[in-house]
Amino acid sequence: MTVNKRNPQGLLLEEVLLYEQSHSGRMGVDFRAVSLSKDEQRTGLPLRESIELPEVSEPQVVRHFVRLSQKNYGIDSGFFPLGSCTMKHNPRLNEKLARLSGFSQIHPLQPQSTVQGMLELMFNLQNWLNELSGLAQTTLCPAAGAHGELTGIMMIRAAHEDKGNARKVVLVPDSAHGTNPATAAMNGYKIVEIKSDTNGLVDIQALDAAIEKHGTDIAAFMLTNPSTCGLFEPNILNIAEKIHKIGAYFYCDGANFNAIVGKIKPADLGIDVMQYNLHKTFSTPHGGGGPGSGPVSVCAELTPYLPIPLVVKEGDNFKLIEEAPKSIGKIKGYHGQAGMFVRAYAYMLSHGKDGLKQVAEAAVLNANYIMHSLKDDYFMPFNGPCMHECLFTDKQQKETGVTTLDIAKGLTDYGFHPMTTYFPLIVGGAMLIEPTETEPKEAIDEFILTMKELANIAQQNPEAIKQMPQHTPRKRLDEVTAARNPILTYQMSRQTQA
Amino acid sequence: MRYIPLSEQDKQQMLERCGVTDINALFCHAPQHTLDPAYNLPNHMGELEVERHLVSLANKNKDFAHNTSFLGAGCYRHHIPATVDMVIQRSEFLTAYTPYQPEIAQGTLMALFEFQSYISTLTGQPVANASMYDGATAMAEAALMAQRVTKRSNIVYDTDIHPDYKAVLKTYLSHIDGEFTESASPAETVNEQTAAYIVQWPNFKGDIADLNKLKSTCQQQGALLIVVVTEIVALGILPAPNQADIVVGEAQSIGNAMSYGGPHLGFFACQESMVRQMPGRLCGQTTDADGRTSYVLTLNTREQHIRRAKATSNICTNQGLCALAFTVHMSLLGEQGFKQLAQINHQNACHLADALTSLNGVQVLNTTFFNEFVVRLPFSAPKLVADLANEGILAGYALNDTDLLVCATEMTTNEDMHHLVQAIRIEIEGK
Repeated sequence: MTVNKRNPQGLLLEEVLLYEQSHSGRMGVDFRAVSLSKDEQRTGLPLRESIELPEVSEPQVVRHFVRLSQKNYGIDSGFFPLGSCTMKHNPRLNEKLARLSGFSQIHPLQPQSTVQGMLELMFNLQNWLNELSGLAQTTLCPAAGAHGELTGIMMIRAAHEDKGNARKVVLVPDSAHGTNPATAAMNGYKIVEIKSDTNGLVDIQALDAAIEKHGTDIAAFMLTNPSTCGLFEPNILNIAEKIHKIGAYFYCDGANFNAIVGKIKPADLGIDVMQYNLHKTFSTPHGGGGPGSGPVSVCAELTPYLPIPLVVKEGDNFKLIEEAPKSIGKIKGYHGQAGMFVRAYAYMLSHGKDGLKQVAEAAVLNANYIMHSLKDDYFMPFNGPCMHECLFTDKQQKETGVTTLDIAKGLTDYGFHPMTTYFPLIVGGAMLIEPTETEPKEAIDEFILTMKELANIAQQNPEAIKQMPQHTPRKRLDEVTAARNPILTYQMSRQTQA
Repeated sequence: MRYIPLSEQDKQQMLERCGVTDINALFCHAPQHTLDPAYNLPNHMGELEVERHLVSLANKNKDFAHNTSFLGAGCYRHHIPATVDMVIQRSEFLTAYTPYQPEIAQGTLMALFEFQSYISTLTGQPVANASMYDGATAMAEAALMAQRVTKRSNIVYDTDIHPDYKAVLKTYLSHIDGEFTESASPAETVNEQTAAYIVQWPNFKGDIADLNKLKSTCQQQGALLIVVVTEIVALGILPAPNQADIVVGEAQSIGNAMSYGGPHLGFFACQESMVRQMPGRLCGQTTDADGRTSYVLTLNTREQHIRRAKATSNICTNQGLCALAFTVHMSLLGEQGFKQLAQINHQNACHLADALTSLNGVQVLNTTFFNEFVVRLPFSAPKLVADLANEGILAGYALNDTDLLVCATEMTTNEDMHHLVQAIRIEIEGK
């Protein structure tokens, strides 16, 4: 492979790995000369010889990553209706504030007297989340949503153990995110799946049967509300009552909190524990897969089990509680993803209670608007109204052999990020569309028109859609070979070529 | 509200298409008495007001830009080149999702592939994943993987591991059957029921163990050797820990700010035979329909979104942008720069150790170290930390009443060292 491919390709510039641009002696930093003799070294081991890192200059590094960035699509690039992922606008103010040296250049083990501003921010953030959830207390420690789930189920386990029996089973609807069963399993629980009914909701009969069968072996019910079908669970109070009756806890996966933030308090729905994804509802950037942040709020009964540390206020001072007799302990190094707390807190202040209510309402209105606009073009498995996301399937397109995958790839050719595909698993060929509240109506209308166009192409010229995308940095990838013969590093790729 | 574009007119048109007149009609499935409760929260603020409030909070903290510090203990202050922040603030990286649509996510994917390559070559392990939450959770996940791979349940770990790492390990394994033994003498404690022995390298107190000895102890019992690195810069001077079966740790030092302890950058590398038991995302090389080299998330059947309850871990979101920051910084450093950086760190630490031992009654306890070591003081270490904090010197981390863990990096100037030495001298002479 060479760097100079002389094909006319306009601004879609090809870029190879920095390893392939490496020339001995190049460097992107200037350090003072240092040469350690053997006697001067106190590591007790010989100096490292070759590492095999590439050698490139600063301009090369800049150009490399700028070119790579141009092969990416972000929420700043355009509409990103990825269901259950809440790809909303990421205000740059929050980035600026997180970079203030008073937040970014402080160490987690500094004396607490020297980080009172940070602790105050964390205390305020805990309180905002307490208030928005209606629950008693919040831990900021978990690093991401799934980590928050893990923390939540650990607390539930600890509470049951405290009562003498950890119990054995966690109930999870079949529409749940994969993290829910994976989390319960990581905690040593057996998962009992609750089927959804024909409306995409929790099948109450199936729930009753599970309760009948497993009774007080049930530790918790993990529900996503609004569900991954974008539906508000209408029987939620009834479900909560059933769960509480057997002494189990009602866990809510808060991944979809954007639909009800500032509008409904989860505690009022009978929920005992809920994690947030600050990188969804509270707009900390997804960063191409993280970092996230997954605080968890709990009801009063569970507060003794919260992980450490927790921030409290004593007089005028803020303090980290680093020991608690019943705490599940530490879930992450230090105190959580503090840089994300700054961003989320700035986001909350910018919105206030009035703005957050608008968030939920606009997110729900946008999704329903899309649902009503596309219901003749795509099959709608469940009736609405939906919440912050709407669900379609490829049932109508399949007549000509066109699938959800094709529609998704087609969207990229029209400059949109696809919706979430093939999830939830309870319908075939799912297309889960979440517009969020930060899209102008024109962007949504353009998306609707494109979806109609794709439905049209699927019917008239299905072969064309199978060839999409054509105008993206890459065409469809050979994912089968990637998994069969994994090449995970440059070194492995060189071996493969050799 | 400046982030929400819908106008009143937009809303009316949209409600009309939905066939309703009132927004609450769309919330009809929610218990109606739960709608629009009272919130004891303020209303929205303008950008200027938010900025003023947060700047006032930031100003209450003693930051490293305005104070001298010798704190390390798993979180390190290093210089971050300006290019790093420029790249990670590019919208296309910052505001992208997990690269599940590879045709329009080659930027993130190729950077992750480079990240994996760097971690692999630094740790001397054939494979590395696309990041973990942090070093502590990476270590806990390594212990869980060792249990899966060896089908044994006991874990033995060294005494001198970062206390937070030990605490997280305990939390993660709390409900799992098996014995978890802290032991500084693996030759006596590792046996044929041991899944893995875990050692931090350099350890929490800065000392650097002989991995060959540990490897042979583990090998004799069929246990895996897990090496944990909390200061990845050390790998620019120490030989690759390729005696290990799994190398995990924290890579915050390269490209990432301390940010009061997060977001940091956990990494996870291991032998190729275990690749299908690894937690977390993996990026692999492949080709597209035109035969062009391309990158894609692969071996997804290990993961929760496919395997659900049988996944190798529940991890989903990782530290993507932190991994990018690392990759940019490491690319700038390159082979020579990274080694030089490590040597400068070591040299500064050596100077600091010499300066401190020149003081009456002060003793460096380490026989070996990289950029961090323990000094025993002839007076209270916690009191020194508290007193000097008021003077703008973060003296280090007090391990107990007399011992102080101190760190020097390329950021530590001769003047900084002089300040600390003088302060301790005054304390000694004042006694």
